[in-house]
Amino acid sequence: MADIAQGGGGGHGDKKVRSKKASTRVDMTPMVDLGFLLITFFILATTLSKPSSMSLAVPDKQNKDTPQETEPLKASKVLTLFLGKDNTVWALDRIAADDDKAKTDLKKVSFGPDLRTLIFQSQAQVDREHGKDDKGLSQFVVVIKPLKSSTYKNMVDALDEMAVTRSKRYALVDALTTAEKELLGDKAE
Amino acid sequence: MPALKPKRNYPMMDMTAMCDVAFLLLTFFILTAQFKAQDAATIETPSSISAIKVPDKDIMIISIGKDGKVYFGVDNQQTRLAMLDNITQTEGVQFTDKQKKVFSLQANFGVPIRSLPQWLNVGVTNPDKMKDVPQPGIPTDSTAQNELAKWIYQARRANPQLRIAIKGDNVSKFAVFKDVMGSLQAQNINKFNLITGTEAPPAGWKAE
Repeated sequence: MADIAQGGGGGHGDKKVRSKKASTRVDMTPMVDLGFLLITFFILATTLSKPSSMSLAVPDKQNKDTPQETEPLKASKVLTLFLGKDNTVWALDRIAADDDKAKTDLKKVSFGPDLRTLIFQSQAQVDREHGKDDKGLSQFVVVIKPLKSSTYKNMVDALDEMAVTRSKRYALVDALTTAEKELLGDKAE
Repeated sequence: MPALKPKRNYPMMDMTAMCDVAFLLLTFFILTAQFKAQDAATIETPSSISAIKVPDKDIMIISIGKDGKVYFGVDNQQTRLAMLDNITQTEGVQFTDKQKKVFSLQANFGVPIRSLPQWLNVGVTNPDKMKDVPQPGIPTDSTAQNELAKWIYQARRANPQLRIAIKGDNVSKFAVFKDVMGSLQAQNINKFNLITGTEAPPAGWKAE
C-alpha cells in the first residue's frame, strides 16, 4: 500500500541503467504509537471527568397557618452531629441537649473512621434497645446540624457517611435550639 | 574483491492495518468526547461514594464558588434564550440580538440582572476578554433581591423538564448553600442533586 513505483535513477552515459530498488515502505510503528497514545488520552479524559451526583430530598415547605402535628423524637434514638469549623464534628450521642449530662457527653470527633465508628456504635445501640419499627426499619435517627463556620464539604461528607453507614433516617437541620446554643457556646460560631 | 556483507533480514511487520485501526478508534473517541465549556469559576467539588451519574441534558447547574459567589447555568442554548426572554419581560431589561447571542454561548454566569447588558457588551466587542471581567455572583440573600430564585423560575418556565443540580466548592460556607436551598424550597423544589466527585466506597460496601 505504501509502495510507490519509482522510476530509474538517471543513467550515466552508456553504462547499464540500473534502477536502484530502494524500499519506499514507510515504517508505521511511531504513527501507531501516537495513535494509541491519543486514544488513551481521549478515553481517560472522557470517562474520568464525568462527575457523579448525590440526590438530596428535603421535606416540603410547611404551611404556617396549618402546621402539621409531628411526634417529637425520643432523644434516646437520636445521634446529633454538629458540624463545626476546621472539619470537626461535635456529636451528641442519644442524649438531649438540655440534659445535665449533655455537657460532659459532647464528643469531639473528626471526619473519616472516627465518625463512622461512632455512627455504627450508636446505630447498634439503638437497634438493641428499641428494635425495628413496624415497617422493619431501624429506628435510629441522625440529625445533622451544620454550624455557621462549617463548609459545604463537611455537609457532603456527613451526608455521604449516611450512605456508607446505611442510616436511612437522617435530617439536615440548620436551626439550633436554645439549649443547643447554650451547650455549644462559642463553638457554634 | 569487495568485502562480503552479510545480508541482514530484519523481521518487518506491516503496521498499516494497525495504524488504520488506531486512527479509526481515535476519530471515534474525538467525536464522542464532550468538551468542557469554559466555566465562570473553577469549582473543586467534594467527593462522595454515590454512583449516580449527572444527566447530560435538561439540567440546570447552580454553582457555589470558593468565595461564596453563586453562578447559574443551563445546558441548552435554546433554553438559555427562552429564559433570557422571560427575564426581559418580567424585569424590563432589554437585550440586543448580539447580546442574546453572546448570552446563549455562556455555560454559566454570575452577574446581577442589572449589569448583565454591560457584561454581555464585553462579549460582543471582545469575546476573549469576557473571562477577565470579574463576576460578583448572583444575589441570593434577601427575598426581594433574590435574583437566583427569578432565574430558577424563568428557566423552569422555559423548560419544565429541567433537573436541578447544585455544585458547591469544598471550602464554600454552608450558609451560602442554605440560601440557595432556600431559593429552591421557596418554589417547592424539594429534590435536587449535589454534584460530587467519585470516591471509592469502603471495602465490603455494596450499593442496595
